[in-house]
Amino acid sequence: MPYLGSEDVVKELKKALCNPHIQGDRLRYRNVIQRVIRMPGVQEYIQQPILNGLRDKASYVRRVAVLGCAKMHNLHGDSEVDGALVNELYSLLRDQDPIVVVNCLRSLEEILKQEGGVVINKPIAHHLLNRMSKLDQWGQAEVLNFLLRYQPRSEEELFDILNLLDSFLKSSSPGVVMGATKLFLILAKKFPHVQTDVLVRVKGPLLAACSSESRELCFVALCHVRQILHSLPGHFSSHYKKFFCSYSEPHYIKLQKVEVLCELVNDENVQQVLEELRGYCTDVSADFAQAAIFAIGGIARTYTDQCVQILTELLGLRQEHITTVVVQTFRDLVWLCPQCTEAVCQALPGCEENIQDSEGKQALIWLLGVHGERIPNAPYVLEDFVENVKSETFPAVKMELLTALLRLFLSRPAECQDMLGRLLYYCIEEEKDMAVRDRGLFYYRLLLVGIDEVKRILCSPKSDPTLGLLEDPAERPVNSWASDFNTLVPVYGKAHWATISKCQGAERCGPELPKTSSFAASGPLIPEDNKEREQEFPDSGALMLVPNRQLTAEYFEKTWLSLKVAHQQVLPWRGEFHPDTLQMALQVVNIQTIAMSRAGTRPWKAYLSAQDDTGCLFLIELLLEPENSEMQISVKQNEARTETLNSFISVLETVIGTIEEIKS
Amino acid sequence: MISQFFILSSKGDPLIYKDFRGDSGGRDVAELFYRKLTGLPGDESPVVMHHDGRHFIHIRHSGLYLVVTTSENVSPFSLLELLSRLATLLGDYCGSLGEGTISRNVALVYELLDEVLDYGYVQTTSTEMLRNFIQTEAVVSKPFSLFDLSSVGLFGAETQQSKVAPSSAASRPVLSSRSDQSQKNEVFLDVVERLSVLIASNGSLLKVDVQGEIRLKSFLPSGSEMRIGLTEEFCVGKSELRGYGPGIRVDEVSFHSSVNLDEFESHRILRLQPPQGELTVMRYQLSDDLPSPLPFRLFPSVQWDRGSGRQALNVRLHLPLPRGVVSLSQELSSPEQKAELAEGALRWDLPRVQGGSQLSAPLLPPSFNGPPSHGLSTSAPPLGLGPASLSFELPRHTCSGLQVRFLRLAFRPCGNANPHKWVRHLSHSDAYVIRI
Repeated sequence: MPYLGSEDVVKELKKALCNPHIQGDRLRYRNVIQRVIRMPGVQEYIQQPILNGLRDKASYVRRVAVLGCAKMHNLHGDSEVDGALVNELYSLLRDQDPIVVVNCLRSLEEILKQEGGVVINKPIAHHLLNRMSKLDQWGQAEVLNFLLRYQPRSEEELFDILNLLDSFLKSSSPGVVMGATKLFLILAKKFPHVQTDVLVRVKGPLLAACSSESRELCFVALCHVRQILHSLPGHFSSHYKKFFCSYSEPHYIKLQKVEVLCELVNDENVQQVLEELRGYCTDVSADFAQAAIFAIGGIARTYTDQCVQILTELLGLRQEHITTVVVQTFRDLVWLCPQCTEAVCQALPGCEENIQDSEGKQALIWLLGVHGERIPNAPYVLEDFVENVKSETFPAVKMELLTALLRLFLSRPAECQDMLGRLLYYCIEEEKDMAVRDRGLFYYRLLLVGIDEVKRILCSPKSDPTLGLLEDPAERPVNSWASDFNTLVPVYGKAHWATISKCQGAERCGPELPKTSSFAASGPLIPEDNKEREQEFPDSGALMLVPNRQLTAEYFEKTWLSLKVAHQQVLPWRGEFHPDTLQMALQVVNIQTIAMSRAGTRPWKAYLSAQDDTGCLFLIELLLEPENSEMQISVKQNEARTETLNSFISVLETVIGTIEEIKS
Repeated sequence: MISQFFILSSKGDPLIYKDFRGDSGGRDVAELFYRKLTGLPGDESPVVMHHDGRHFIHIRHSGLYLVVTTSENVSPFSLLELLSRLATLLGDYCGSLGEGTISRNVALVYELLDEVLDYGYVQTTSTEMLRNFIQTEAVVSKPFSLFDLSSVGLFGAETQQSKVAPSSAASRPVLSSRSDQSQKNEVFLDVVERLSVLIASNGSLLKVDVQGEIRLKSFLPSGSEMRIGLTEEFCVGKSELRGYGPGIRVDEVSFHSSVNLDEFESHRILRLQPPQGELTVMRYQLSDDLPSPLPFRLFPSVQWDRGSGRQALNVRLHLPLPRGVVSLSQELSSPEQKAELAEGALRWDLPRVQGGSQLSAPLLPPSFNGPPSHGLSTSAPPLGLGPASLSFELPRHTCSGLQVRFLRLAFRPCGNANPHKWVRHLSHSDAYVIRI
């Protein structure tokens, strides 16, 4: 290898690079640059040939040289940006060769990473738009991505651009179509009807990708379909047949399709969709069968009667893997939709013979305990479990059994007293698992206190329909995910993506990197857009609230009195609500509740606290006056930092806004 | 922006590895990828995986894994498209894509990758531009085949076989070696349809979906113009109707960007100047209204329902059975057929089914208290039986009825005989499900 040697080899190399013949042989020229560029210490030799290459007559050499600039820059990460070089690259955006143009954008993006990437101003944007048709599909997709950061000045200009882009929505390359769609969605941020229109037009290409021969493409398209469905639930309803599974498809595609079917169900297609899902329940693959049953359970929240009937029929199959999932589905369903309790109670008898696993047993025992008064043979089923408690392997099942039996004892004391005694005796005297024993002792002492006390503690509500609302995310506006469209975010799923970017974020926030670089390093996102995302997803952005930072009430009071109000705001608020819901929602974003008035009291007050990862403390008071329909928010902060304060307030606003929406 | 690209064999051996940016890992990423892929829980998708700040995106193609890694949040559509384009490109240059061809042509593959991607950015994928830079020639193995002997013909007479191209004829490298002048000028045109059908237990159609493609593989020197004539009754969309015969209607059509559609409106002729290599000229979709009757019906039995003289190949029936069925007795009509129980389902293989024939396989599971064949005469079938799915290939048949009328070349090669033109029509099943 001539490149790895001593001083004179480098000299030789330098000579070779200046040799016009070698430059004439494009292939060799390019390969030399490609390899040499990875070696530290040759920069001084490589610089001149690359700069010459930028002005070479052959477009092939220019392409390589343009990217060579980026390689050179990255090799010396700490070196300052060469202004002349940047200007030269900007001027090369007007090059004749389309690939040189795209390479210039890529190269500038890398060189100017610290400053936030290449700047797309009006002349550049329009120049690129006009050159679009000359590019191949890869270039088009890339330029569309760069154009995302351009903000048109006027409405007129905006619609001019949209008209220019129109033809790319019809491209035969899915990458270009999706890139154009994303650009449409972002540019038409303020025009929801334009966004809806674009999503209608992209329906065809997306559906074609969903039934494409390439499974990978199909999977990615399905993920995007789900993303769209979150905002426009009815969008694909008439095409539900496209999402029926075929038996030869791999597991992960089937699961996605079932999820999509679940989400697009409406009054017209519910019959057919359920019919199809029922077919999957008897699938040879147990995993897929279970996923299908859970899906029916999900649909049951809206179309309860039909689904409960199907689920009941499935119990008739008497197969373990099906019965256990059906019973678990019933448990969740009864909690969310109390109106189906009667039907579930009638279906339950007999299925205890076909349940062997822990989850299924727990679900069944819970149902028998809570709704035991409606199931005639409930005590006898539980008695079987009590008989066999010694051979029971799962501690969780034993705990569930204790609670269930005690609950049933309250409603049917005569039938349960004897076996409750036996179970308690076993748990306290013979059981080895500490948690079970503790639970047994606890119930024993509770019973000693008196039956009224037991009732007060165990007779909790038997259902909570509001939980379903919290679980079901409300329809999200298109703008909340437009910037994630055509990226990896929908493919991973938002939750998984958050963990991924969190670990990446942790790596980036190391001391050696300045803050701006971590900002730009987050990829092809545009700066303006970044800001928005931070507001929407405070957990992954600048503000990081620390979980479980519970302050004592005294400390809170002391700090509250010593600080001044940093921010005060009034939000619209109407009608009654459940304070627990609010508390739970705040908990999700790591805002702790210190104290809260009871529901219905006027004026209603709540004191909250939160702390971010830098130690900055926020104290909040919520005040609901009886006469006006507004909620007053006062925030105090122990360090005066407006940035974090602003992002914190937007978090709080989002939470309260969400609760307000759920309520109405 | 791509950090690395590698190709793994189906067993996970790295065949090709290329690092474009020198910023990550090293060769053991390939191993890491395979470990992650095989250790993935069943409900997670393997298409996009994440490890330590690096995303792995891959496609499976002819038993190989083509993988790219990237550290940025890129467009998955573009990347997958690039991977499948790379697969076609490698297939074009090496003849066909497979473990053997890749390992025989390592130098060529690296050379191609060097030209297609620079510093992780796509430069070009057009066969036309690339051929200027590619110096290495493909190594093609020519396995001994009996077919070569049989096509010679007895005493030089032309046999039937010489008029039919061997099925492997299209799998050879696009770039003819410069020395070898005897290479044939050939064009292969395939009309391929994938059929996914769902039939309810009462025989009514619930869903029909046909995905069709016209694929062209050209070995002609590029720039030669050709015209493809489609059936004149062909129409797009619901409103338009042509001719008096039964129209051939599709819902949506998209063409490759190089297709000239000037004569499409009037005469249904596609004009194009294809580059060498493989190209999808036209894609179309058709759902719900099928002009021709469906190829298979299953009453109590499977019936192959087309005019005689044609045949279906590799028919396989897959029928999940209720749990508890452990064996079954069978009476099959020919020894070629095979029926066996596997994973709680029945598999019935029929290598060949003649057109218009009706086949029955009285299968009687012993623990099954029903009529001998799954008759629908008595009560409803037990839960857990069905739905049955069929997979098959139908040569010389398109479900939409679309045919290629002619394929004309404007180009006349000097010296050589007329270029060979091969046209194939084929339908195969994507999902053909019959509820019982």
